[in-house]
Amino acid sequence: MGPRSPLGRTHPGHTVVGSRPMSTSIDVVINGQPRSVEEGTTVSVLLAELGFGDRRVAVERNREIVPRAQHATTALVAGDHLELVTFVGGGL
Amino acid sequence: MNDTWKLGDRTLRSRIIVGTGKYASLDETRAALAASGAEIVTVALRRIDLASKQPTVLDAIDRAKYILLPNTAGCYTADEAIRTLHLARELGMDDLVKLEVIGDPKTLFPDNTATVEAARRLVKEGFKVLPYCSDDLITCKRLEEAGCLAVMPLAAPIGSGLGIRNPHNIRLIIDNVGVPVIVDAGVGTASDAAVAMELGCTAVLMNTGIAGAKKPVLMAEAMRLGIDAGRKAFLAGRMPRRDYANASSPTAGLIE
Repeated sequence: MGPRSPLGRTHPGHTVVGSRPMSTSIDVVINGQPRSVEEGTTVSVLLAELGFGDRRVAVERNREIVPRAQHATTALVAGDHLELVTFVGGGL
Repeated sequence: MNDTWKLGDRTLRSRIIVGTGKYASLDETRAALAASGAEIVTVALRRIDLASKQPTVLDAIDRAKYILLPNTAGCYTADEAIRTLHLARELGMDDLVKLEVIGDPKTLFPDNTATVEAARRLVKEGFKVLPYCSDDLITCKRLEEAGCLAVMPLAAPIGSGLGIRNPHNIRLIIDNVGVPVIVDAGVGTASDAAVAMELGCTAVLMNTGIAGAKKPVLMAEAMRLGIDAGRKAFLAGRMPRRDYANASSPTAGLIE
């Protein structure tokens, strides 16, 4: 059985980031994938838990850039769409 | 010979700009960049892979040695391109950007109208824009008027390696715009790069011409030498073409 969202729906197959027993999780979309995260998770915590805490990653939340200086203070909200991007090899 | 060029307020020695895509490994990327002699290298912006944390291209690029040029490859509208470059800026890039707005997936030809629109908006926001465009003089003039630092007409379709398909158009662009002309896309081998430089281009941007060679690092060196040869030939001023022979040994004093 998947994690229970605040709306009471179950989401089998969702990856739970930062879940602890008794915590409330919220549903967000990260790079096109539905995910559940613990309520109150900040952008910094999310990146750290995904293993990208030491990487330079640009973050867009609902099409608005979250500046790096605000990663630690920006908490995710249910329904947020996040884009996490970085540089890759490319030419033209 | 002190032969530098200016891109905005930067002074550059190298006349080759290289992409960082399609290499077999980061080691090969690193070696090819070094062999090319490039000072500017392009990178693309993509979603991070949530499933696996691989080393990224930034691990292969010494930021002290190279100027990073983020591109908008894969963008089909002005809005997408601008959104991508805002993210690049958030990643700590300088304001120098390579603008591409693609018009068609099969040819990857640029949407020149959308490119000019995007360029105008980006320049207003303070970006220093290097736009990929068709080998069309009027488009290049519009891009120059929009405030682009250079214009980057294609030689042939991206990744095609077909060389300079229309040298006459490239020549007309060089003669009629005031900003540097950088051939972008289509260079397949060292002689193509030399031809671009002989025409009077300021620099050449390439990726697949190097990464797609059997020995990319050796081709990177060949491209560097081709650019150098072409540049020197341009500065030297080639001899006029003649329809008939003109002997280079004296015609007087022949034995009888």
